[in-house]
Amino acid sequence: MPPTYSDESRELAFQEAIDSDRTVEPRDWMPERYRSTMIRQIAQHAHSEIIGMQPEGNWITRAPSLRRKAILLAKVQDEAGHGLYLYAAAETLGVERRELTDLLLAGRQKYSSIFNYPTLTWADVGAIGWLVDGAAITNQLALTKTSYGPYARAMVRICREESFHQRQGFELLAELSRGTEAQHEMAQDAVNRWWWPALMMFGPPDAESPNTAQSMAWKIKRVSNDDLRQRFVDMTVPQARALGLDLPDPELGWNETRGHYDFGPIDWEEFREVVGGHGPCNLQRISVRRAADEEGAWVREAARAWEGRQQGRMSAA
Amino acid sequence: MSESDDWPLWEVFLRGRRGLAHQHVGSLHAPDPELALQNARDLYTRRGEGISIWVVRSTEVHASDPDDQGPLFDPPADKAYRHPTFYRVPEDLQL
Ligand SMILES: [Fe+2]
Ligand SMILES: [Fe+2]
Repeated sequence: MPPTYSDESRELAFQEAIDSDRTVEPRDWMPERYRSTMIRQIAQHAHSEIIGMQPEGNWITRAPSLRRKAILLAKVQDEAGHGLYLYAAAETLGVERRELTDLLLAGRQKYSSIFNYPTLTWADVGAIGWLVDGAAITNQLALTKTSYGPYARAMVRICREESFHQRQGFELLAELSRGTEAQHEMAQDAVNRWWWPALMMFGPPDAESPNTAQSMAWKIKRVSNDDLRQRFVDMTVPQARALGLDLPDPELGWNETRGHYDFGPIDWEEFREVVGGHGPCNLQRISVRRAADEEGAWVREAARAWEGRQQGRMSAA
Repeated sequence: MSESDDWPLWEVFLRGRRGLAHQHVGSLHAPDPELALQNARDLYTRRGEGISIWVVRSTEVHASDPDDQGPLFDPPADKAYRHPTFYRVPEDLQL
């Protein structure tokens, strides 16, 4: 008879494996809380990729040139792919994609609050690529070393694809910034609106982030919210200068002693409002997603019916 | 939410270029093999990552138990004589 282990001793062994940087693989034993935390995090990440297609998708038909349209299409298609990689990673933990997408549609699982802001002008497409994808890359690069193997591998693949997302946004804004006065203003306005929400993407400050300690111990999270945010600010300030655009923060400045840029306080009240469902586009995002799901149902059903008939034909033959 | 069951899951294997073996790259949902291949092309080869795709129903993959890792894979550890470095031979003979 194989030896039986108590959950306690298994949990100890699990933590030891994590401490020695061993990745967790789907069939390994893991604490239930690790599993449920991982499912929730990967699902929210997947939902963010899928919902994230909407703000930019909004501009595909109105892109100002064929070149820009092709780029934007490719980018939005990548985001769909990212969502699918991530749902597949979540499924290795014993849930089905459909359960997760149902939870999203029912409003019982969240996605990144950034996608509840509207894309008012063409410059927003640039600001999203530069700032939102820039912040996402900062976050995702850290996650390539997360402890759950399938999630980490999805991150590696995603990061490889992301770099063009940020660059196309930067290039788009650079063109506008150096364009006519109206174009420059449009670029500046977009940056003004996206800067603070982009900083919020890293989540609440470490001091108010109750799950951080456990996630760090399990190496689900490798870098804290505040550290990631600082990384992003330090990287972005010189880029803004190169663009000839201002970041809307009067307190932004190099701190010689810290060796980092200081920045002003973030409006966490706004963050809570948007996360709580009261952002400018929350309702729209979910209803568009729900409509896409309902309108695509007949395609999925037809494909299944076709497959059923093929099976029948094969067994008859 | 019109259906209770999603399309079945498929594992995707890609050959990067001629001369390489197919490698597992991930999984996806599709109703049948043909659409699984199509979806795999869209999902995993948007940047020329492959020249050949295999798809296999996930339920057809049988895996070893991670708890058996010791009994299954430890035995070779004490068979050092399977490695060329086990043998002492004259260094200048290009053996
Ligand atoms: Fe993405
Ligand atoms: Fe992206």
